[in-house]
Amino acid sequence: MGRLSVNLCGIALDNPVIPASGTFGFGYEFAELYDINCLGTFSFKGTTREARFGNPTPRIAEAPSGLLNAVGLQNPGVDAVIAHELPALAKVFHKPVMANVSGFSVEEYVEVCRKLDAEAQVGWLEVNISCPNVHGGGMSFGTDPKAAAEVTAAVKKVTTKPVIMKLSPNVTDIVAVARACEDAGADGISLINTLMGMRIDLKTRKPVIRNVTGGLSGPAVFPVALRMVYQVAGAVKIPVVGLGGVSSAEDVIEMMLAGASAVEVGAANLVEPYACRNIIDALPSVMDRYGISELQDIIGGAR
Amino acid sequence: MEQKFFEIIQNERLADGIYRLHLEGDTSAITAPGQFVNLKLSGHYLRRPISVCDWADGRLTLIYKVLGRGTAELTEYPVGTKLDVLTGLGNGYDIEKSGSTPLLVGGGVGIPPLYGLAKRLVGEGRTVNAVLGFNGAEDRFYEYEFRTLCRRVIVTTADGSCGTKGFVTDGMAQMENYSYVYTCGPEPMLKAVSAASKTSGQFSFEERMGCGFGACMGCSCETKYGTKRICRDGPVLEKEEIIWDD
Repeated sequence: MGRLSVNLCGIALDNPVIPASGTFGFGYEFAELYDINCLGTFSFKGTTREARFGNPTPRIAEAPSGLLNAVGLQNPGVDAVIAHELPALAKVFHKPVMANVSGFSVEEYVEVCRKLDAEAQVGWLEVNISCPNVHGGGMSFGTDPKAAAEVTAAVKKVTTKPVIMKLSPNVTDIVAVARACEDAGADGISLINTLMGMRIDLKTRKPVIRNVTGGLSGPAVFPVALRMVYQVAGAVKIPVVGLGGVSSAEDVIEMMLAGASAVEVGAANLVEPYACRNIIDALPSVMDRYGISELQDIIGGAR
Repeated sequence: MEQKFFEIIQNERLADGIYRLHLEGDTSAITAPGQFVNLKLSGHYLRRPISVCDWADGRLTLIYKVLGRGTAELTEYPVGTKLDVLTGLGNGYDIEKSGSTPLLVGGGVGIPPLYGLAKRLVGEGRTVNAVLGFNGAEDRFYEYEFRTLCRRVIVTTADGSCGTKGFVTDGMAQMENYSYVYTCGPEPMLKAVSAASKTSGQFSFEERMGCGFGACMGCSCETKYGTKRICRDGPVLEKEEIIWDD
């Protein structure tokens, strides 16, 4: 146990840094750049029952200190993930991985979770009830406490692995959704997914993104994410994974002081491919600067 | 892909809204013409993907068009500025498929990657012809550079202010007996080139990108060979695999 190590739902992590789903693929692009075994773990690309192309392009737009995306859950489908992606991943990553699951019905969430539960390398199931870019699924489960509880209870029945529910910030009361998930048996909460936004091209006078709206991520959302992590961590007893605009070792520490047991890094990977490795390398000296001997001790320290 | 720092040696205007950067740095990650680099610009979150015009050991030439605030600010970057660059991105053109007399067809800021391609094709002993399309005389660039490499160069302008009045397809109609087509330009042009070309070819696409190296799935497209990421599996696609939007 090093001074960076933390525990997430009963599984030890060498450090709290976790690339967020949708920014790290299935790890190979980054494994070409650095040894991704330095990570605490990573959350792989959101997986659905069927293969999905996602939304029409353009599906990316720039924003002040961030970006909008409307990828729309492009993935090869759970069977292809199990047949091709996980065996390839096992060659370059030797730790438990976080499986990110999305769906358009309770039955779909259950089926995908049941299949991924059988995979030895899957450590946690991160259940995304917060994708803002698909219709009739994703976020519609995360904006209603009852629907969130229904998904949570249903997937808990088909897995013995820790279930982390990934929440949307596009709600009036995120604490109510978090509590509903906890009451339904969730082992952890991760937040926040992206904030819905849009951009308009002045030349064409049309939305930049073909889907019209997209999810905002990057440093622009960090204070919003931090506030929501603080609120949720104060309201539930299960571990909270903080994410939203985290880009530096200082941001990781701030998230943990707000109550996060571990921290995901998303958009930063896209503009600085070495972001997670750099954050992990920087953590010890930043901890020294602020008199932190062990990261585990500061969780929720701002309260 | 590699992340390297490049220093600006020259940053000059070539034509209306068109600028050329000469950079010094490690180009070892660039392996084929038609690849691109992704530049970090101060004050902008996403990097700017720009095609490689030409490269040599330690030297990189980029030609960029001013499209928004980021590229407008880039025109002001002085000599000596260090740029954070992801280099060697994308697949690039395959020169092995060219046959003996390939035709290069470029439109506007799609022309630069064809210059590095022309150089390498000529280096392999191929006879290269080119059609270069512009809006008008004021945004024309690199005609002379192509003339030094190619047997025949036809310039077309939409407004007829120089060269043949019309589109690149009007220039293609004047080219006889070519063995293969390499092209880069806006998508409507690529579609027209596909319809007008008598041979197989390689087409380089543009799309709004998040990362530029295959992680975010922002720039995916559907092809007859499956879903591809323009940044990683492209930007160059084979004519036979492309599914054109209606």
